[in-house]
Amino acid sequence: MDDLIEDAQPGGNTPEFTVSEISGAVKRTLENTFGRVRVRGEVGRVFKARSGHLYFDIKDDRAVLASVTWRGQLSQLAQLPEEGMEVIATGRLTTFGSQSKYQLNVEELRPAGVGALMAMLEKRKKALEAEGLFATERKRALPFLPEVIGVVTSPSGAVIRDILHRLRDRFPRRVLVWPVAVQGKDCAPQVARAIEGFNALDPGGPVPRPDLLIVARGGGSIEDLWGFNEEAVARAAAASEIPLISAVGHETDTTLIDYVSDYRAPTPTAAAERAVPVRLDLLTWTDQQGARLVRAAGQAVSARRQRLGDVSRALPRPETLTFAARQRLDWLDTRLPSALRAAAAAKRAQLTQAAAVLRPATLRTRVAADRERLDRLAARLDPALARNRRQAESRFQTTAARLTPRPVQRTIRDQARRLADTAARGGTATRATLRQRTERLAAVERLRLTLGYEATLQRGYAVVRDDNNRVLTDKAAAQKATGMDIQFRDGHLTIGAARPSKKPKDTPPEQGSLL
Amino acid sequence: MSEETPVEEMSFEEAMRALEAVVAQLESGEVELEKSIQLYERGAALKARCETKLKEAEEKVAAITLDEGGRPAGTTPLDPS
Repeated sequence: MDDLIEDAQPGGNTPEFTVSEISGAVKRTLENTFGRVRVRGEVGRVFKARSGHLYFDIKDDRAVLASVTWRGQLSQLAQLPEEGMEVIATGRLTTFGSQSKYQLNVEELRPAGVGALMAMLEKRKKALEAEGLFATERKRALPFLPEVIGVVTSPSGAVIRDILHRLRDRFPRRVLVWPVAVQGKDCAPQVARAIEGFNALDPGGPVPRPDLLIVARGGGSIEDLWGFNEEAVARAAAASEIPLISAVGHETDTTLIDYVSDYRAPTPTAAAERAVPVRLDLLTWTDQQGARLVRAAGQAVSARRQRLGDVSRALPRPETLTFAARQRLDWLDTRLPSALRAAAAAKRAQLTQAAAVLRPATLRTRVAADRERLDRLAARLDPALARNRRQAESRFQTTAARLTPRPVQRTIRDQARRLADTAARGGTATRATLRQRTERLAAVERLRLTLGYEATLQRGYAVVRDDNNRVLTDKAAAQKATGMDIQFRDGHLTIGAARPSKKPKDTPPEQGSLL
Repeated sequence: MSEETPVEEMSFEEAMRALEAVVAQLESGEVELEKSIQLYERGAALKARCETKLKEAEEKVAAITLDEGGRPAGTTPLDPS
């Protein structure tokens, strides 16, 4: 018993592991038990190593699970982990034996539910909007009638059929379809590459470059449409130089590409309608324009023809222009010969009349008469000269006899008398002025005496002065004075010690400075 | 309008705008006769251009074929129906 008891030491029959053995055992247990698990949590720190492997944490409020996706597995992930994203990761647990750690090898990662997706979409939207990718100024005008339309969508299915059908109805065009997956993890990279690929086409190349792109997909769940929410797709659409219409999902689904596209069509059919005008309408329009053109041109000619007719009717006939002139000419023509004859006859009559009086005897008679007058006047010439001289001489004698100095002397006397008179009047006026001034002076002197204080003395008043000869007018000054001089009408009376001088200029010099 | 672009090279929209302008100008009746004849001729050419572009309404649907690198290699007719 004792042996048995002794043998039964604690742990005595428990097999021993080496560290590597226990590490391998744990690894096997973990991998067998948790060969494929789904873990839901929030993505924490994300780190992509230089080797290409992606390390990240999945956590909840109490625990953290180290996770890894190897480089080769990355392309399988539908969604790359982003910090803060709520995800469901699928994979197997394994250990990192040398460090006594375990981790989840993530093979599949998807956002956990619609809420997480929408939150991520909102975040992307904000980021792209902040970059200005949604700005209205970025939107390009769609071509009125594109020659080639590039469609990025699935080559099979209702969407491309709807688009082609509507295009055919409106305006058949060349359509290039770039086949892409419209859901799943291939969707976003393929759509982005298709948009870039269309833009990269050479306009003159074998494959014509479209002048309008339509990126289209039918309706589906948010997960189905998710590829069109990827940043790569939105950036490719924003960078597209070819105007781009997006038509993803139904009218109520708005994906990220809708914000950056130049026009967002609610459905693929609507995208086709926006892409081309209706050919028949345009044909009708062209016919109408043609008709208007013909009508307007015809009117331009006919209006001018009408005006030409109007104007030419108003134009007089050429012969009527000369009628009046012709008539005047005829009239003058008939009058011309008779007028000449009449004029000649009149002149002849004048000549006859003038010639009748023109005879030599007439001239001789006038010459004889003129000579007789000349002889008469010549005979009177000498006596007339002598008489004129005599008359002038006698006038001179008379005038010379009347020339005496008496009038001059009389003038001198008159002037001398006027001088004396003026001088006498001058003296009288001066004396009168002098007298007047003397009288005024006396009157003023009388006034002065009346107003002066000496006159007051005559009426019984007296003037009191101190010994400095200043007039005292009040009691206080009188009490201060050492002596007083009182002036009455008939003389001075001196009271007290000092005797004032009679006149202010006799004031002693030593007191002069006090004044 | 784009007087410089020859009518034969105009897009449908350009030809359409030009035609509209020509018709409006002619209809105003304020154009000299010589000029109106020129305008008419231009209008006729523009209308012909519009009609040509409208007649070009040929449907060709092709799908892009891609090479191994994902680059467009050519086109292949597509019949989605």
